[in-house]
Amino acid sequence: MSEYAAPVRDMQFVLRELAALDEIAALPGFGDATPDVVEQILDESARFCAEVLAPLNRPGDVEGSTWRDGEVTTPKGFKDAYRQFTEGGWNALQFPAEHGGQGLPKLVAAPVMEMWKAANLSFSLCPLLTGGAIEALLLRGSDAQKRAYLPKMIAGVWTGTMNLTEPQAGSDLAQVKTRAVPAGDHYRIFGQKIFITYGEHDLAENIVHLVLARTPGAPAGVKGISLFVVPKFLPRADGTPGERNDLRCVSIEHKLGIHASPTAVMAYGDKDGAIGHLVGEENRGLEYMFIMMNAARFAVGMEGVALCERAYQKALAYAKERLQSREIGASGSQPAPIIRHPDVRRMLMSMKAQAEATRALAYVAAAHHDRAHHHPDEAARARSQALLDLLIPVVKGWSTETAIEVTSTGIQVHGGMGFIEETGAAQYLRDARITTIYEGTTGIQANDLIGRKVAREGGATAKAVLAEVERTAGALRDAGAANLGVIGARLAAGRKAAAECVDWIVANAGADPKAVHAGAVPFLKLCGIVLGGWQMGRAALAAQARLARGEGDAAFLQAKIATARFFADHPLAHATALRDVVVEGAPGVLALSDEQF
Amino acid sequence: MKVLVPIKRVIDYNVKVRVKADGTGVETANVKMSMNPFDEIAVEEAVRLKEAGVATEVVVVSCGVAACQETLRTALAIGADRALLVETDAELQPLAVAKLLKAIVAKEGPQIALLGKQAIDDDANQTGQMLAALLGWPQATFASKVKIADGKAEVTREVDGGLETVATKLPVVITVDLRLNEPRYVTLPNIMKAKKKPLETLKPDALGVDVAPRLATLKVAEPPKRKGGVKVPDAAALVDKLRNEAKVI
Ligand SMILES: Cc1cc2nc3c(=O)[nH]c(=O)nc-3n(C[C@H](O)[C@H](O)[C@H](O)COP(=O)(O)OP(=O)(O)OC[C@H]3O[C@@H](n4cnc5c(N)ncnc54)[C@H](O)[C@@H]3O)c2cc1C
Repeated sequence: MSEYAAPVRDMQFVLRELAALDEIAALPGFGDATPDVVEQILDESARFCAEVLAPLNRPGDVEGSTWRDGEVTTPKGFKDAYRQFTEGGWNALQFPAEHGGQGLPKLVAAPVMEMWKAANLSFSLCPLLTGGAIEALLLRGSDAQKRAYLPKMIAGVWTGTMNLTEPQAGSDLAQVKTRAVPAGDHYRIFGQKIFITYGEHDLAENIVHLVLARTPGAPAGVKGISLFVVPKFLPRADGTPGERNDLRCVSIEHKLGIHASPTAVMAYGDKDGAIGHLVGEENRGLEYMFIMMNAARFAVGMEGVALCERAYQKALAYAKERLQSREIGASGSQPAPIIRHPDVRRMLMSMKAQAEATRALAYVAAAHHDRAHHHPDEAARARSQALLDLLIPVVKGWSTETAIEVTSTGIQVHGGMGFIEETGAAQYLRDARITTIYEGTTGIQANDLIGRKVAREGGATAKAVLAEVERTAGALRDAGAANLGVIGARLAAGRKAAAECVDWIVANAGADPKAVHAGAVPFLKLCGIVLGGWQMGRAALAAQARLARGEGDAAFLQAKIATARFFADHPLAHATALRDVVVEGAPGVLALSDEQF
Repeated sequence: MKVLVPIKRVIDYNVKVRVKADGTGVETANVKMSMNPFDEIAVEEAVRLKEAGVATEVVVVSCGVAACQETLRTALAIGADRALLVETDAELQPLAVAKLLKAIVAKEGPQIALLGKQAIDDDANQTGQMLAALLGWPQATFASKVKIADGKAEVTREVDGGLETVATKLPVVITVDLRLNEPRYVTLPNIMKAKKKPLETLKPDALGVDVAPRLATLKVAEPPKRKGGVKVPDAAALVDKLRNEAKVI
C-alpha cells in the first residue's frame, strides 16, 4: 500500500451530501460532471497521486531543489512526474475548454487538488502558481496574450509565477518599487523580486512571470501598480520559446519546509531591461490581483486540508502498529497498540475531525464559486459571491492554522519517532508552516474578514450565514437522536458566540478599530470552528438520514456521526471562550507601550 | 483486425477481503470494486496493438451486474473503442462466462481474444482456456510478450522452468501474465472522452446462453490465522521441527 491513499469515500460524501454536486453538475456548462465521471476522475487521480507523486515527497524533502549559475534543478524524479502530470491532462482540469482546458467545476477540482497537495505539497506548488498566472491572463489578458500563453500554460508545457513580493513589500504591496519603462509596444522591467515560488526550475521549457511594477509618474501607493507578463523566453511568431529575456534567478532560499519547491530571488533588467507587456490597464494591477486572490487563497486553504489528512493517515497507521503500555483495564502484561490509550485516541480523533471539517467547509466554498460564476439567476450568483467572499479568508486562515496544530499532533502520536526525520511525520509540520504565511498571513486574512467582509457591510452576509447555522442546529435538536441533540446544542452555542462577535465588530469597527483588530485572528478561528462545526452537523444529519433509509456503508456513516460529535464537544466547545477573547481581550493586547515590551 | 478483451469487475486489490458471517461467500456490499489487474494488462496490450497499427478496433466486454459499466468505462478511458455489457445479476462461473464470450465472438468476429490469465477474486484461471476449447481456437496462456505479424501470433509464455515461445495461427485466445506490460495512467481527457464512446447492453437470453451454475459452493472460510513464531534452542531442534512438524524437509 502507498503511504498516502486519497480519502475518496469521504470526498464523495462531502461532494454529494454537503456541497450539492448534483446541483452544480446541473449548472450550464457543467454537463460532463456526472457522478460516474466524477467517480472515475477521483479514482484515477487517487491512483496517480499514490503511485507517482506521493513516493517523491520525502526524497524531494531530503534532496531539495538546487541552484547553480542561475539554473535550478528540481529533485530526482520531479521532472518525469511533471511530464506524466501534464500528459495526463491534470493541469487543465478547471480551465475553460476554449483555451484547451477541461472546464470542470471548481467543486470537482477541489478534491483533485487536495490529492496533489496531500501527496506532495512541494510539487503541487508549480501547478498552483501556473494556475494563478492563468487566471490573471484569463481575466485581463489581451486576445494576443491569451493566444500566446494560455494554451501552453493550461497544458502545463509552460509554467507561471506570481511576482509580488519585494524586500520592502510583503503584506503591504503599496511599497512595490520595481519599475516598468514604456518602450514602444512594450515595457522594460527593472527591479528585484524575492520569494518567487518556482521562479526558476527545470520542469518546463518556458516560465511566464507575472510581475507587479510601477510605470513612470504612477500615483504612489496601491493605485499606482500595474501588472506585466514577462516570459523567460520571448515567444516567437510560431509560438515556440525564442530569445532569452533579461531576467535571472539570483539564488534560491534555504527553508524550514517545502524544500523541493524552489523559492527564487529574481533580478529583472540587469542589462537593458526585461521585456514585459502590460496586462489590462495601467495602475490597476493590484485590483486584478485581488480578484485572483480568491483562487489562490482557496488553493492554500486546500493545502491545510491536505496536510491534515496526510498527517492523520500516517499517525493512524503508527498508532495501530506501535505496542506500548497495557490497555487500561486489560488483564495480563501485554503492551497494547497505542491506539487503545484514550489520549492517543483523542489525538487521532482531533486530527480526523479537523481534517473532515476543514475539507467540508472548503468544498462548500468551492460550490459557491461555481454558483457565483455559472448560476443562471443573477441574484443567486450575487448571493454565492458574497458567501464565497466571506468564506475565503476563513478557509485560508483556519484550515492552515489547523494544519499546523494537526501536523504537530501527528508528531506527538509518534512519540520520539515523530521527532526523527526518517519517520516522515516531521516533514508535514515543516511543510505546513508556510501555509499560514504565503498568499497573505493569517493576520492579513483576519483583517480582510473583519474589515471588508464583516464591518463594511454591517455584518449582513455573516448574519445570513449564521441564520442558516441556527436552522441546522434546530434540525439537529429535533432529530430525536442523542448524539445529534448534543451536536445541535453545541452548534447553537457556537452560533450565538459568533453572532455576538459580529455585532460587536460592526458596533466598534469605526470607533475603536484597534480593539477590533486585536481580536481579528481569534474571530477568524471562531468562524472556522463554528462554520466547520456547522458542516459537521449537516454531515451528521445526512449520515443519519442515510442510515434510516438503510443506504450506504453503515460503519462509515456511524463514524461520521461520532466524528461530528467529537468535533462539537472538542473544537467547537472553544467557541464561547473565543467570543470572550474577541469581545473582551483587546485591553490586554493594547496596554503596553513599545518600551514596556 | 478486431481485438476482443473480456474484463471482470472484482474487489479492488487494496481491499482486505472479508468472508460473510454465514460462510456463503465474501462481503461485497460497500466494498470498492475495480478492474481485475490482469484484465487491465490485457486492455493495455490491445490498445498498444491498435496504436502500433496492428489492430483496427478494440472491443471490451464484461459479463455481470449493471455496475460493470463503470469498469467498462475505465477500459474505454485506457483506449478501447467500444464496450459491451452482458448484464445479469446471476452468479457467473467460468464456464458460463466462456459460453457468453463464445456468443460474443460469433457476433463480433475478432481475430484475437485477449484475456487476463485469471481473476484475483476466484483465481480460477479457466475462462480463457474454456473459451479456446469452445471456439476450437488455439490458445497461448500466461503471455509475457505478444507479437502479431503475418496472420500469426508469437507469444512468450511464463512457465515454471522459464520462458517458452509458441507460434499460433489466428484467430487465437491469448491470456496475459503480470509482466506483459505496465498499464498506463488514464488521462483526464480520455476519461471525458470515454463517456461518449458506445456501450451496448445485452442479456444472456438474447445470446441464447444458459448461465446456470454447474458447481455448488459448499462453504467459504477465512484462511487460518498465522500463529506467532517460537524460538528454538539450537539447529538440531530446528531441523527436527522442519522435518516432523512442518514436514518440509
Ligand atoms: C516559501 C515562500 C514562498 C513564497 N512565494 C511567493 C510567490 O510565489 N510570489 C510572491 O509574490 N510572494 C511569495 N512569497 C511571499 C509571501 O507572500 C510573503 O512572505 C507574505 O505575504 C508575508 O510578507 P512578509 O514576508 O513581508 O511579512 P510581513 O508583511 O513583514 O509580515 C510580518 C508579520 O507582520 C504581520 N503583519 C503585517 N502587516 C500586518 C497588518 N496590516 N495587520 C496585521 N498584521 C500584519 C504579518 O501577519 C506577519 O506576522 C513567498 C514566501 C515564502 C516564504
